[in-house]
Amino acid sequence: MSGVCQEDMIALCDSRRSPREAFEAIARRHMKDAYFIALGLVGNQEDALELSQEAFYRAYKHYDQLVSKGKFFPWFYQILRNLCFSHLRKRRIRRADSLDDEDAGRPEPQMPDSFDPGMIAERNEAKDRVWNAISRLDEKHREVIILRHFQNMSYEEMSKVLFCNKGTVTSRLFYARQRLKEILDHQSGSPSAETGMWGRQEGGQTQ
Amino acid sequence: MTCQDHKDLMMAYLDDELNQEQRRTFEEHLASCPDCTRELKEFRKLKQMTDCVAFVEPEDRIWDQYWNNVYNRVERCTGWVLFSVAAIALFVYGGFKLIESVIQDPTVGLLMKIGLLALLGGLVILFVSVLRERVYFWTKDRYKDVRR
Repeated sequence: MSGVCQEDMIALCDSRRSPREAFEAIARRHMKDAYFIALGLVGNQEDALELSQEAFYRAYKHYDQLVSKGKFFPWFYQILRNLCFSHLRKRRIRRADSLDDEDAGRPEPQMPDSFDPGMIAERNEAKDRVWNAISRLDEKHREVIILRHFQNMSYEEMSKVLFCNKGTVTSRLFYARQRLKEILDHQSGSPSAETGMWGRQEGGQTQ
Repeated sequence: MTCQDHKDLMMAYLDDELNQEQRRTFEEHLASCPDCTRELKEFRKLKQMTDCVAFVEPEDRIWDQYWNNVYNRVERCTGWVLFSVAAIALFVYGGFKLIESVIQDPTVGLLMKIGLLALLGGLVILFVSVLRERVYFWTKDRYKDVRR
């Protein structure tokens, strides 16, 4: 993603293109990133497509408000994440509303219904467990995991799209990974003090 | 520096984001701290596991249709705006003409005329009230001031 800003500027400065064509060129450049980020945040293809396309539509509508055209992606990312987080909030509210007294006593599902395990390529038990654990992270922690591990963004790039400094990115990533580790520990049924999936031995000794 | 101070360095070390000096400092700390060494090993394994997970690439037709779907939204929005404005204008004009003809009609009773004017006044008040509410929420739109 390092050359993205420059390429966006080139697309915009091309006088042979109409504004719509210039925006289309930028949208085509970023559509896969937008889709995969949305997929990581909301967990299924249908919603990810819908939300990422809606984000491009809103970006197109408000494109004249973007002062520095070279900074398209961080600006667009804010629209996309707000849409995804808002969608997740609505989904939670709908789900809470639909729970009647009979359902209230049931145990919490292993994985949120909307997170489709079929979205994982070359599935196996370990990958399913990791995806399951990611789906159970809270939004801000899931976001940094997706940006770092699935989008391969550097800390510098993450700090730009999240509008924070690198220290905040590092710290958020630390807590996200720590939480992910706890969830995986919990899933595998190995409390942290015992021999777990991390190659730990009782008493905290390394293997 | 305490172990807590090294936690942030640990993430950057794991992701190869440290400069040489920071890397050396952290490795010196690791050599003397079994707890951080163990924690780093756990995080490294977690990173390996997470890096192995990849999303399914959608079919090509999804990408082929992607921009068209975005553009369709833009087009439909323009269509709806034009349709709504024209419909409102025609409705208001038609309503005005209808009321005008009723008011000027000498065969229509005074009570009927007053009732019609009261109905019209109520509609105007309702419209202004809803419009004011809409404007208020629009100015508070969360996407309006998205940072750029």
